[in-house]
Amino acid sequence: MALKDYQDMVHRCFRCGYCKFTSDYSYVGFNCPIYNKFRLESYSPGGMMWLIYASLVKEEIKPSKHLSEILYSCTMCRNCSQECKFQFNEDIVNVLKAAREEMVDKQLMPPMVGQFLKNVYDYGNPYRELKENRDNWAENTEIKHYEKGDEFLYYVGCVGSYDTASQKAARALGSVLKKSGLSFGILGSREICDGNEVDMLGETGLFEFLKEENTRIFKEIGVKKIVTLSPHSYNALKNSYSNEFEVFHYTQLLRDLIKSNKLDLSGGFEAKVTYHDPCFLGRYNNEYDAPREILAAIPGVELIEMERTKENSFCCGGGCGNFYTDILGGGEDTPSRFRIREAHDTGANIIAVACPVCVMMLEDALKAEGLENELAIKDISEIVNEALL
Amino acid sequence: MGREKSIYNALVDIVGEDFVSNEPEDLYLYSRDGGTTKPRGVDYVVVPKTVEEVQQIVILANREKVPITPMGGGLTLNGLVIPVHGGIVIDMKRMDRIIEVNESSRYVVLEAGVSQGALLSYLRKNHPDLQHSMPEAPSIATVVGNILIRGHGSLSQCGDNSNMLNGMEIVLPTGEICQVGSCSASPHWFGKGPLPDLAGLFIGWFGTTGIVTKASLRLYPRPEKRDMVLFVTQNPDLIPELVYKLTQTRIADNIGMMEQEKPEYMKGYQFTGVIISGDSEEEMDYKRKVLDKIPQTCGDGENKVTLLGEIPPSSKERFLEEPPFAAVAADFRKGGGFQYCAIMMPIEKVPEAWRRGIEIAHNNGMLFQCANQVMSAGHEVMFGYNYSFNRADEEDAERARKAMQETNKLGLELGGIPWKADLQAQKEIVEKMDPNTRELMKKVKKLLDPNGIMNPGNWED
Repeated sequence: MALKDYQDMVHRCFRCGYCKFTSDYSYVGFNCPIYNKFRLESYSPGGMMWLIYASLVKEEIKPSKHLSEILYSCTMCRNCSQECKFQFNEDIVNVLKAAREEMVDKQLMPPMVGQFLKNVYDYGNPYRELKENRDNWAENTEIKHYEKGDEFLYYVGCVGSYDTASQKAARALGSVLKKSGLSFGILGSREICDGNEVDMLGETGLFEFLKEENTRIFKEIGVKKIVTLSPHSYNALKNSYSNEFEVFHYTQLLRDLIKSNKLDLSGGFEAKVTYHDPCFLGRYNNEYDAPREILAAIPGVELIEMERTKENSFCCGGGCGNFYTDILGGGEDTPSRFRIREAHDTGANIIAVACPVCVMMLEDALKAEGLENELAIKDISEIVNEALL
Repeated sequence: MGREKSIYNALVDIVGEDFVSNEPEDLYLYSRDGGTTKPRGVDYVVVPKTVEEVQQIVILANREKVPITPMGGGLTLNGLVIPVHGGIVIDMKRMDRIIEVNESSRYVVLEAGVSQGALLSYLRKNHPDLQHSMPEAPSIATVVGNILIRGHGSLSQCGDNSNMLNGMEIVLPTGEICQVGSCSASPHWFGKGPLPDLAGLFIGWFGTTGIVTKASLRLYPRPEKRDMVLFVTQNPDLIPELVYKLTQTRIADNIGMMEQEKPEYMKGYQFTGVIISGDSEEEMDYKRKVLDKIPQTCGDGENKVTLLGEIPPSSKERFLEEPPFAAVAADFRKGGGFQYCAIMMPIEKVPEAWRRGIEIAHNNGMLFQCANQVMSAGHEVMFGYNYSFNRADEEDAERARKAMQETNKLGLELGGIPWKADLQAQKEIVEKMDPNTRELMKKVKKLLDPNGIMNPGNWED
């Protein structure tokens, strides 16, 4: 919906600040990753609501580049919507998204956001990588292209396709699916961006185009069921695309395959593991159990929860394209470095994730914290793949 | 280089570029709050991490004769941390370390930016047998800010939160770092000590005499069980007697009174809630039995006090949860504006304050809603009038503003004192004040802050 559709509620926030915390006060500190880093009121959900009202509704202050930096610093992790105690809580992220649409209309996005969107339009991915290279990650594997009659389309997404660290997860999931006997295939060079970040960044026109184009391709080749590597893709395909496709995040599918004895995990995986909940799987789609059920089914895995977990999980800072735009910047207070320190405090030697964006963000933070010898990041698909006999 | 740029650069040198701003968007938020105070200009906002940084900012402000306004949670809703004459707002919330909890002497030493929510979480996790007096304010309110405005909390029968203060560290307006309380002569922050009570130079002064950077606050045993007993009256004249009887029992943690005209069925009823606690069901039952007898001893005939037997669990939860979700009242008008103005007054003035409060609300086209707190053992009452308004509608905001001004005048007329008074009410208090007291306040301010840089415009006549 457009910002004008929220005109009766955008001023209702009175900046009480509940949105900055976890609701059960189980954590001493702030759970809004943006406020936690910047510490100016403008970088809090309430501050953003007031600035949106002042600039884009009441026109008290002129929309500016700095306003744009503030609005685009948010990773849309949804902690605010979850923790706000008022009836309009669900609309907080929607208002921000609508405000970003206005910034796109006014061409006031930060340069890196503009670049991200242009790259997706020109190349079908934010990295300016050639479309024909999209499935290079699958070379020398048995993963084939989708054919009519395959039960599942394996939708990999941009980060899993092009980011080196995340490609390992893409390959591991392909390998696991092969071993399960499931019939599936990828789109290869025909796969284009799912548009989740494009939508969150406020480029609705491009998002509509991506939706239509992806839907056309899915229909053309007879796709009925889709399994995604990325929770970001899962969120877009499940909640914004036509409901004629049945969409699964891979952890949901693997959980079911394990339960129906289609995967033999008796090879085990000996490690102390802590699990980081991705925002687009957890807070957006309420899936907290499937990844944990998978880890619990692997012999040798000792799961140790972090202080902030499930609904209270702390965002890695990569959402809404920040994995590319880097508007949050560096430094000790970046969300991913906070998260790495929190994981380290558990005594675990593996951080299990279920999202290629989280893999990428946490890998970088691990190096920045100098903890590579004590901790490793692994996607759950990799852990399952290693445990398979 | 212009003066503005040179001050900005000096601030960057002190706290780093990430934690100072003169961007209009950032300043916009520090130039207003959720109450009816009209916006006032701010030139810089700075977010220090250490007492040394605060000290450097104060030295800079003295050198440049720039006003500085320290800000905690920014939730007074009376514009107390919106500068009157521009200058620098110091947002203290990055000074967020909880430094020490002394379990045996039951106190916590913390920095000025620690929020109520953070202290609640910290105690639950690390010292589950202890609690602090948690205000009804949203959790982002700071512990120190609440002390400095003499806020109340969930243990108000022990006094307001400034009564629970053991000591403080302050950056004086001239830049010296100073301690008051036992910590000034001892490594321990256990109490104010048998010393001149210098803490009074900073409590209730709204940041005009120094910047508090650390404080020690008393903690209290956390019992295993809590419950609420609710009394209902239909005549505010009964309230003083009821409160007297309740406080004579010495068993309440907290006593609050409220009335609201929305929803309609609540109109005309005064509710008095008593929070009790204990470590066993026997103890709780004993306290309930003592309270059960109260209605028989209060009122007569039609003017009676009724004990409400069954409280809907959702209502009870709202009062018992920590922190209680008092902020729900802010959304009554679905407009993001909330003016909470309170008057500290003797208990016998409550009935008139109640009746005339209803008149003020109705005369200004608003529904009456009050939330009142009995402080200590009934030694005083914080009578709070809530005016929720739509901040998108200037006429509605003006009605709330007018209601607040009339309320403050009423409070003074009744012999009460407006709590966390806005500029207008401060002037009215000062006008009523004994001239020698007024002179004393001026002398204290001049002595401590010779350049008049500390939140100037407040407590001036």
